[in-house]
Amino acid sequence: MSDFKGIFRLALQALVRNKVRSMLTMLGIVIGVAAVIVTVAIGSGARVSVQNSISSLGSNLIVVQPGSVTSSGARGGFGTASTLTPADGMAIAQLPGVSAVSPAVTIRTQVVAGGNNWQTTVTGVAPTYVQIRTWPMASGTFFTQNDVNDAAKVAVLGQTDVSELFPGGQNPIGQTILIKGVPFTVTGTLTALGQSSLGTDQDDTVLIPYTSAMQRITGQTTVNQLMVSATTTDEIAPVQTEVTTLLEQRHAIAAGQPDDFQVRNLQSIAAAASSTGAVMEFLLAGVAAVSLVVGGIGIMNIMMVSVTERTREIGLRMSVGARSATILRQFLTEATVLAACGGVIGVVAGFIGTFVVAALAKWPTQIPIAWVLFSIAFSALVGIFFGYYPAKKAASLNPIEALRFE
Amino acid sequence: MLWMEEIIVATTLEPVVRVEGLRKVYSLGDSEVIALAGIDLQIQAGEFIAVMGPSGSGKSTFMQITGLLDNPTEGRYFFEGTDVSHLDGDARADIRSRRLGFVFQAYNLLPRTSALENVELPMVYAGVPAAERARIAHEKMGIVGVAHLAQHHPNQMSGGQQQRVAIARSLVNNPGLILADEPTGALDTKTSEDVMRIFRELNEQEGITIMLVTHEPDIAAHAKRIVTFRDGHVVSDGPSTTLRYARDDKSGEAA
Repeated sequence: MSDFKGIFRLALQALVRNKVRSMLTMLGIVIGVAAVIVTVAIGSGARVSVQNSISSLGSNLIVVQPGSVTSSGARGGFGTASTLTPADGMAIAQLPGVSAVSPAVTIRTQVVAGGNNWQTTVTGVAPTYVQIRTWPMASGTFFTQNDVNDAAKVAVLGQTDVSELFPGGQNPIGQTILIKGVPFTVTGTLTALGQSSLGTDQDDTVLIPYTSAMQRITGQTTVNQLMVSATTTDEIAPVQTEVTTLLEQRHAIAAGQPDDFQVRNLQSIAAAASSTGAVMEFLLAGVAAVSLVVGGIGIMNIMMVSVTERTREIGLRMSVGARSATILRQFLTEATVLAACGGVIGVVAGFIGTFVVAALAKWPTQIPIAWVLFSIAFSALVGIFFGYYPAKKAASLNPIEALRFE
Repeated sequence: MLWMEEIIVATTLEPVVRVEGLRKVYSLGDSEVIALAGIDLQIQAGEFIAVMGPSGSGKSTFMQITGLLDNPTEGRYFFEGTDVSHLDGDARADIRSRRLGFVFQAYNLLPRTSALENVELPMVYAGVPAAERARIAHEKMGIVGVAHLAQHHPNQMSGGQQQRVAIARSLVNNPGLILADEPTGALDTKTSEDVMRIFRELNEQEGITIMLVTHEPDIAAHAKRIVTFRDGHVVSDGPSTTLRYARDDKSGEAA
């Protein structure tokens, strides 16, 4: 009988008549939706930034690391073969599809320059390292293959170490730094890369020739890592296989024996990180969705109270000609409008919350628009679902008894 | 050609309400309560009828069935010539929406809602466009003298004013019959007289058919015809003792 606009207006009037109660009823949905938005924003922001920083390492990168030999004492004698050598790296460099290889020897130590000292990571690498990492120089020059052959005492500084060791804008090039008491001459500085996905400062580093690191500082004959760059993304998988086969031969590992090294590519690390992020995101959103359902139960509660309280009103509406179906629709509309309004307010609150989190915690955030639409649609659905029972109760009232209700 | 005569009668002389052998029995667990024990009654267009009787006499049940809020157990009910004895809830709601007006003892106005919106309510359910609703509501509020209260909420009005708004609400769909259930039950004597005068004016000047349910003889005396119920039967049916009716008319003219 009556048009939708009319019913919508009636529902709105009824809600406005009870402003405070309407607000409180909405609160559950508001909090639920805001929670969904904030968690998803943080989750997907983190995921995107992990992906970005991983690809900034060089997406064609393959990392070879020594395998763990601590798992069983019986295999302890395998020690020497279980480590990687610069010769392994040179052999890998001959493989097809490999554009560059650099060993990495990592030393955590104190570095001294004049009156300043600084705890940093000194990494012994090959000149190809800057190509593999696509890390441009800020000033000066990187060391050469000759420097590697000579185990030259030359170093290149990251921007953090430049500012810590040479404060006040001094030019570090040509200056001498002491690494474990060994003097090195600074030949260049690297551009700033910023934080890595794990939160470490990538600029807090000193790069020296790996031969210098091994011979002059640690005395070790093995390297911590071999960084291999494939020519193209498509070459990553074949190169991984070739590297594995080659190293198994060189390390004399019989078929069926466990490898004493592992070969990983950043694509798979990125995919793993991103899928972990996605799982976390869904889990968090699931928890938030539970709170939405709780909000829906809150709506049902209040609607039940409202129907009882408004029994006489319902009786009157029926006596002046409202059909049962019209009463049902009106109460259903009330619940849906409540839930949808709660959803919209929740989205706004979620945006504000996300903004605050991003500003205070300095976390990367990203609000996917699909989740915004989904939350509003889901809360409207919650309203319809949990509003149906109270609305049905209102519609099934007997007008005579409803009018007499005290 | 008996059926033809019946049709002619139906379209010309058919009363607003015609009930034949109307019975209503409520079952309460094992026992049965006979609320109406066979009522035969007609209400012609333009009548102002008061239904009297003590509580339990069946007068309220009669009003509920007449007002299509309930169906009879037995017997037949013709409203404006149509057999409405066994209609379902939706069909009854549609007739209430188009042809009936209700006035209750407790006014039953929606709280925190303006008088105007209260008066418009039946038209919302009848699907009348918004502009039309406002126009009709203002017109009917003018008839009962509450046009100036359009924007007031029920809690800002006296009982008499609220009941006038409720009467305006009962008028908006140009009903064939107004059912007033103890409309002065919550009002003082003076205000009751005012409200009853409005009903009389509506009946005399607008020709609206009114059925009033009351247990107060003073109030019933405003009607032209008084029917008395007792134990589910009609025990008396006749014109009002016109003395009081005439006296009130005179005092009304004097004022």
